[in-house]
Amino acid sequence: MIDWFHENGLLLGLALLDGLAYAALVFMVAVGLNLVFGVLRILNVAHGSFYAIGAYAAASLSAFIAAQGLPPWAALPALLVAAALVGALLGPPIEALLLRRIYSGEPVIQLLVTFALFMILEDAQKLIWGVQPVSNDGAMRLLGTVDVPFAGDVIPFTAYQLFLLPAVALATLAGLAWFLRRTLTGRVIVAVTTDREAATAMGIDAKRVFLLTFTAGAMLAALGGALASPTTALVPGIGAQTIVLSFAVIATAGLGRIEGAALTALLIGLGRSVAVYFAPELEVVMPYIIMVAVLLVRPQGLFGAAEARRI
Amino acid sequence: MRRAEPLLALAGAAALVGIAYAAPWLRFVLTIALAKGLAVLGILLLLKAGQVSFGHAMYAAVGAYVVAFAAPGMGEALVLLPLATGIAGLLGLVVGLFITRYREIFFSMLNLAISMVLYSMLEKFYAITKGTDGIRVAPVTFAGLSPERESAEWAMFAIALLLAFGFGIVARLYLASPMGQALAGIKTRETRLEFMGVPARHVLLSAYVFSAVMAGAAGAIIAMTTRHVTPLLAYWTTSGELVFIAILGGAGGVLGPFLGAAAYELIRVHAAAAFADLWQLTLGIALLLVILFAPGGLWGVLARLFRRVRA
Amino acid sequence: MTAEITRRHALLAAGFGGVLLPHTLSAQPVAKPAELKVGITTFLSGPASVFGVPGRRAAEWLFDEINRAGGIGGVPVRPFFVDEGPGTEHLVGEFRRLVQSEGVHVMFASISSGSCLACTPLSDELRKTTILWDCGTQRSFEEGPHPFAFRTQGYGTPEVLAPLLYLLKHKPDFRSIAVLNQDYAWGRDSWELWKTAMDALKPGVRVVAEMFPRFNSTDFSTEITRLLALRPDVVLTTSWGGELTTLIRQATERRLLERSLFVMPVGEPSMPALARTMPAGHIIGARGDHWINHPAPRDRAAFDRFIEGYRTRFSEYPIYPVHHMAQAIWALQAAYAKAIEAKSGGWPNDQELANAFRGLTFPTPTASITLREDGQGLEEQIVGLSSFTERFPYAVPEKMIRYPAAEISAPVGQKSTDWLKTLRPGMETRVGAAL
Repeated sequence: MIDWFHENGLLLGLALLDGLAYAALVFMVAVGLNLVFGVLRILNVAHGSFYAIGAYAAASLSAFIAAQGLPPWAALPALLVAAALVGALLGPPIEALLLRRIYSGEPVIQLLVTFALFMILEDAQKLIWGVQPVSNDGAMRLLGTVDVPFAGDVIPFTAYQLFLLPAVALATLAGLAWFLRRTLTGRVIVAVTTDREAATAMGIDAKRVFLLTFTAGAMLAALGGALASPTTALVPGIGAQTIVLSFAVIATAGLGRIEGAALTALLIGLGRSVAVYFAPELEVVMPYIIMVAVLLVRPQGLFGAAEARRI
Repeated sequence: MRRAEPLLALAGAAALVGIAYAAPWLRFVLTIALAKGLAVLGILLLLKAGQVSFGHAMYAAVGAYVVAFAAPGMGEALVLLPLATGIAGLLGLVVGLFITRYREIFFSMLNLAISMVLYSMLEKFYAITKGTDGIRVAPVTFAGLSPERESAEWAMFAIALLLAFGFGIVARLYLASPMGQALAGIKTRETRLEFMGVPARHVLLSAYVFSAVMAGAAGAIIAMTTRHVTPLLAYWTTSGELVFIAILGGAGGVLGPFLGAAAYELIRVHAAAAFADLWQLTLGIALLLVILFAPGGLWGVLARLFRRVRA
Repeated sequence: MTAEITRRHALLAAGFGGVLLPHTLSAQPVAKPAELKVGITTFLSGPASVFGVPGRRAAEWLFDEINRAGGIGGVPVRPFFVDEGPGTEHLVGEFRRLVQSEGVHVMFASISSGSCLACTPLSDELRKTTILWDCGTQRSFEEGPHPFAFRTQGYGTPEVLAPLLYLLKHKPDFRSIAVLNQDYAWGRDSWELWKTAMDALKPGVRVVAEMFPRFNSTDFSTEITRLLALRPDVVLTTSWGGELTTLIRQATERRLLERSLFVMPVGEPSMPALARTMPAGHIIGARGDHWINHPAPRDRAAFDRFIEGYRTRFSEYPIYPVHHMAQAIWALQAAYAKAIEAKSGGWPNDQELANAFRGLTFPTPTASITLREDGQGLEEQIVGLSSFTERFPYAVPEKMIRYPAAEISAPVGQKSTDWLKTLRPGMETRVGAAL
């Protein structure tokens, strides 16, 4: 064991650095999904579509900014603006026109409505942005690279991935925690998550809370996509991959847990990069292996509270 | 309606044979539809217990790959079918022992996770499975005969139809038995079942294994009909499709899944022909319309028509 | 009365003929159809639609032009498109529908190797001429004969061997190599072909990493870190589309392409998207000879007309699937002309059409392609180093070498991996001519 670390310790260090940026992106998407599930009790399959649309919108906005001759630093706030726009434009109509009709329905129906929505949005993306890969790396180039020393050599990492992504994820986590604990609206959301019947009985306007939460969730997914857009090429199908991964994260974390999502995203992100170095064949199944292993030991997820059984 | 079911089943079968005779290319589509109907019948049993499996395509995939691997050595349909079905059932038992401890969203997500592990393995072990390319299935014999194409197509169609009838009858008996009746108990108030001395896990496990068996049979038929298997059979969207068909068909009797599967395949084929790049959007809209305006599915629509005719 | 009976007989006969007579039997003396129906399977959804959609555009555009000029053999052409995206089971059903219900006269099958491997046996069963218009798997014709299937472009073996020969000439002293391919048939097969050929042509090269990230990955950061730490002389990647674009962007940003020489046999379609991000001096291939800056096409005017025609119509530069679709269509035109001539003006049936394809030679704007007796097309390969010119906003090759197809393809009846083992060091000095 000690010998192994002696030989591979440095590589393991590199793997951890790689895992961070990935974990940050996974967290951004999973936390929105988890927030929405906590309040609405709907597992939103279309969450992955918000991620994809957020990414595409950020790319379009950045291209527009570049075409207008605005300064290059504008590419950074553009990511935020695009995410906010996508969340605000898609979230409210979908919640008000579609989801509101099925809150009382069976879980399978709720799941399928969002599945249908996912299929529709998937084709809508192709209609709007086409099928050729779209890229948007202005923001990443803006920040340049950082040289990390490694065994007498240097390995360049992008500052965007090494610092900005983890920083934004941490800020989101802190901001959400503060919002949920310290603001009135936040506490209302927590109340609805914990006990919906009691909360509504006490006169909480559930409609408003639902609308707000769903929109916030959509914005978070879109922000995840927008932040990912500089590091990757956007192609049809990125939404479907993102959503299954997020499912794994929140089921592992325990449903409705914000901090749990963060820690699980980290676990899965690091697990994946360690796999790339030491067991590449396992890279893809890593999140699911972690999930199944965790649920074997803790059926309610890492941070989920055991639910009282209904009698 | 329930009493009319056997008659309707016969009428439906006659209609299918008629269509398969009149339009040869539809014979293929309908064979696939019957196979998918079988898998969906399994989903339906779990739905009775309020549990949605978002990973059942894995059992179909197992059935299909068993056929693909075994066909070159032992190419007899009447041996391959029970073999594939048995292995899928065995896997269902092993997975079921673990998975029936979980309910609702955890049940869905664990099925999803395990199916994604299988999918990734089919993709990853290229040397054995030929990865995403998939395996070409060798031609099979029927009771020792190797008929030419036209007759082989009819033979597969007949096998699918017979299995649909066979499993349909067994499922009907199962649902009417105390074991089947107890399924509904899991959905409403599981603890009460246990107060009455009925072990809920065994009830769910029996339904789970039965559903895996039927999905395995479906996979075997699909493999022998399309004569090519790929990991896509196990992907989560394929599982989603099965749940989709269950809702489209309606949760009424055992005919619903077959009705749904036939409608689904026909919509898909025609949507694909009319707008090749927007078939997902078409299906998504069809699904939303059914959920919002015909919550009982196609079976519900039929039942209403039937009552009106009698009134 | 008599007139009445004849009419009834005729109707009956027509009715029964339509229902009962199998298509092939009733087609003996074939009447000229009202339209020539062509079924085309291509990716319209999913990541590979980056190839599928340009392919479809090319087909629509060229068939429009053909129809405006009077069709093929005087018959207007009508394409039927099918999406490969939903998977093999859907595709196989659609293939049958097109043949058995729509009555298409010829099929153009597939971009993905998996789709092609599923469609070629169907062409045997349904006895329908099927053109493999884009897929490159060597398994198609090496695992058994397919009398109705033809591939109107090159395939994996020459498409991998040509860049390898180029590398051996350009950087003969490389000692280590790493591979980063997509985890699916093409990624795995192309590496097997490359490794087999490399071991024969330059034994002793050290393989420092074999990485097969999941198909459709969007993040290669970890793989890039590994490559940066390993410092191989050469990095081979046969990835394509969004994945290659992403890989190169991420790798360039982190200066990996300054440390290692990249070899990209399927680089061409990603160059427009990469634009000026693509560093100069790396080896790029195009799955053929149809580079947009081809210095000496066979018919310069036709080549320019083709490029400009596509560009003005779709406001994008044509990439190789556009050329491959065009090759399939030109082959179709040539085969019908040959078959009609052989029948002295009569319309060919399925068998006669297939006969016309065997051994067919048809011109392309850059060269000409001959279909071998096993159905495989011989297409020249051109490989070069990425470079920038005034004319194009993206990287195009310089120092190009053209490799004649017959010298870099496995002979008929031989498996590619067996043939590649027989290659001898020094082949790079004998095969290929600088352009």
